Amino acid sequence: MTARIVALHGAVIVALFLAQFVASDYAVLTITRIMVLAVYALGYNILFGYAGLLSLGHAMFFATGLYGAALGVTRLGMAAPEAFLFATFCGVIVSIVIGFVALRASGVAFMIVTLMFSQAAFLAVLYFGDITRGDEGIVIKDGQRMFPLFGVPMNLADPVLRYNIALAFLAVAIVLCLIAVRSKIGHVLVAIRENESRTAMLGYDVKRYKLIAFVLSGSFAAVSGAAYALLFAYAGSTLASIQYSIHPLLWTLLGGAATVLGPVLGTALMFLLVDFASGFTSASLLFVGVALILLVLFFPKGILGTLRQRYWRWLP
Amino acid sequence: MAFFPHLLLALLEGTVAAAVLALSALGLSLVFGVMRVVNVAHGEFFMLGAMLAWFVAKMAPGGPAVGFLAALIVAPLLVGALAFVTERLLLRRINYDPEATIVATIGLMFVIQQLALSVFGADAKAVPAPFSYRIALPWFGFSGYKLFVVVASVALLLGVWWVLAKTKLGLIMRVTQFDRETATAFGIPVNQVYSAVFVAGAALVAIAAVLIVPIQQAHYLMGLDPLLMSFIVVIIGGLGSIKGSVIAAVIIGLSDGVISIFFSPTLASIIATLAVALVLVFRPQGLFGVPAR
Amino acid sequence: MTVLLETRGLSKSFGGLKAVSGVDFRVEKGEVRAVIGPNGAGKTTFVSLISGRIAPSAGTILFEGDDITALRAFRRVQKGIAYTFQITSIYQNLSVAENVALAAHQPGGRASLEPLERVGLAGRASQIAGTLAYGHQRLLEVAMGLALKPKLLILDEPTQGLSDAEIVDFIGLVRDLAKDGTVLLIEHNMPLVMELASRITVLDRGMILAEGTPEEVRANPSVQAAYLGTG
Repeated sequence: MTARIVALHGAVIVALFLAQFVASDYAVLTITRIMVLAVYALGYNILFGYAGLLSLGHAMFFATGLYGAALGVTRLGMAAPEAFLFATFCGVIVSIVIGFVALRASGVAFMIVTLMFSQAAFLAVLYFGDITRGDEGIVIKDGQRMFPLFGVPMNLADPVLRYNIALAFLAVAIVLCLIAVRSKIGHVLVAIRENESRTAMLGYDVKRYKLIAFVLSGSFAAVSGAAYALLFAYAGSTLASIQYSIHPLLWTLLGGAATVLGPVLGTALMFLLVDFASGFTSASLLFVGVALILLVLFFPKGILGTLRQRYWRWLP
Repeated sequence: MAFFPHLLLALLEGTVAAAVLALSALGLSLVFGVMRVVNVAHGEFFMLGAMLAWFVAKMAPGGPAVGFLAALIVAPLLVGALAFVTERLLLRRINYDPEATIVATIGLMFVIQQLALSVFGADAKAVPAPFSYRIALPWFGFSGYKLFVVVASVALLLGVWWVLAKTKLGLIMRVTQFDRETATAFGIPVNQVYSAVFVAGAALVAIAAVLIVPIQQAHYLMGLDPLLMSFIVVIIGGLGSIKGSVIAAVIIGLSDGVISIFFSPTLASIIATLAVALVLVFRPQGLFGVPAR
Repeated sequence: MTVLLETRGLSKSFGGLKAVSGVDFRVEKGEVRAVIGPNGAGKTTFVSLISGRIAPSAGTILFEGDDITALRAFRRVQKGIAYTFQITSIYQNLSVAENVALAAHQPGGRASLEPLERVGLAGRASQIAGTLAYGHQRLLEVAMGLALKPKLLILDEPTQGLSDAEIVDFIGLVRDLAKDGTVLLIEHNMPLVMELASRITVLDRGMILAEGTPEEVRANPSVQAAYLGTG
């Protein structure tokens, strides 16, 4: 790995670490949210950006993590770390099963299959409202967010602890993405995106690689969902809706698909835009819609994708 | 209520749902069949049709019947006009790339939805039926208007089928569907055909909305359901196959009606969405579609 | 001589149409075998069956004595059957070197440039493949086939769209390949086939019409009737 790649990604992580000392309480909370959701976008990008598979069903995996963690804590009596591992495990299993089935379809059919599975999952969340509490959602009580770590008491309601946990997740996610896309797997995924039948005729097991990308991507989503539930003490059905499948697509497109930092940048910008917009209008989703249209029309490579094309050829 | 009347009611309601569904899905199927793109904003065209029906019915002088007839003309025209602009300014500029079209129409979906929220507000809007005749059955009364919806939908479906199968316009569309290059070589103005098909698809779904809105209130979030149901119908029926879409609409509409009444509407939707996912996985061309060459 | 590839009763029908029916076929190690036949004779279906791009309706395929009928395409490639596409299929947006590196299963790494040298593209390794001239793209396709180090290289109409001068170079290339490999050549261009092939198989309506050396095939009256249109 070249020095400037390490330097750039390291600098982003260090800058985020330092930000907590200067940012206001509100900014700390906002950045925490962005970092957790950026993990979701990073995972989405593995499938969409690198492998070239457009999923409209990732909310299903996000929700698996979300509800796995929330129910683990509130119903199964798990401590937060256990619930997190449990939720991640559920996410991996769900991604494997759904990936196995959905990857039999390709192109537009793949998009619709993922959309449909995700919608069925969303409806299931509503249908089993006794357990999931539907629209209203599950609120995790403060007492359930405290746990000892190596004997030291931890409280997830503490904004500073929360910020650093989110940062740790993001840092690990970025490093994993970097490793993945620069490994053989990453290159083969790009090959599949560029020319699938050719890749199969070079002796690569295309289905296996696609499944790997799908499961990696779904697992990142579940990790993000689980962290979201535990850090913000809430799991509600809105977070399982189609809108949450479209968010990571938009974030990835805005920042630049198939760039490692693109999804992080996209998440941050879009989150800030919507946050800013909801200050004076209730129709903040309007900005999401307009952004999608403008990106497709005028800026299909996104911010970092365009920068890479014009100036920084080395950008991973 | 005893079992038989209960079932009869479920089947009647299911038939009404199936008729409107077939009409909505037909628009989506037509667009996909000819242009090979998926219009995710299709459901918002439906919502817009319903909102316009409410607006026109409210503004029109004279009774509900006048308002209804006016809506039946105005809503498809305006929604068609919006579709025309969308096709020209959006789809044509991205050269009907399947993936970009999906992303762009997702964007359009949010834009239309949020604008409708800003203009019409968040409350549900009731529209009176053009007439209020009730058919008295031994067990329950059934709205004569609902039966009218079924008859009108069937008439429209037959009309579209006639245009596609028997007229020169239909032939042109089928040639374009078969192959864009061949069509161009035969001197068919492919761009105009695309515009016309996209507008026709939107107008059809707007008519479906005008028909349904006296039964189901208009609301800015009402578009998602017909979109997903249309996806289900179009895929189960085979993308681009009109006969398949109609048969699938009947199957889905009836089963949806029965499951909704006997169990719950949510369960009905879960079953339908899972069914479509499995159909796509194990029979990608749909139940009535022809495998790709 | 050892048999490298063998098909027994290989058949494929689409609906009611028999594209390939009951073909018994053998390729010996080290030969350049050409498969020819009029349009619609089933050549493309036949090589698609061998490469595993489509599944046969009946029959078996043996490679080095192993039954590979049920193997998926990528497994056959791993066993040593390389297929070059009739319609150029390369990674248009990647560099020439990365195209070959993917074929050599060292993506992102520094693969040997030897295959590029053999086809004469070594000087263009860093160019983006999609910007190559058409003839060079065909050569890159062949280089990717070579990078797989195949035991059997299937060339599906490799000279389609090439200029006469490029075809002359191509003949030299295939001769060079034949020194240490086995080539299965699907071709339309009769003079080329006559010059290159050690043996020729003629397909007609999905069946083998004739098989033999170029001279034998040329002299065969039924081949002349079906393919050359004389007699």
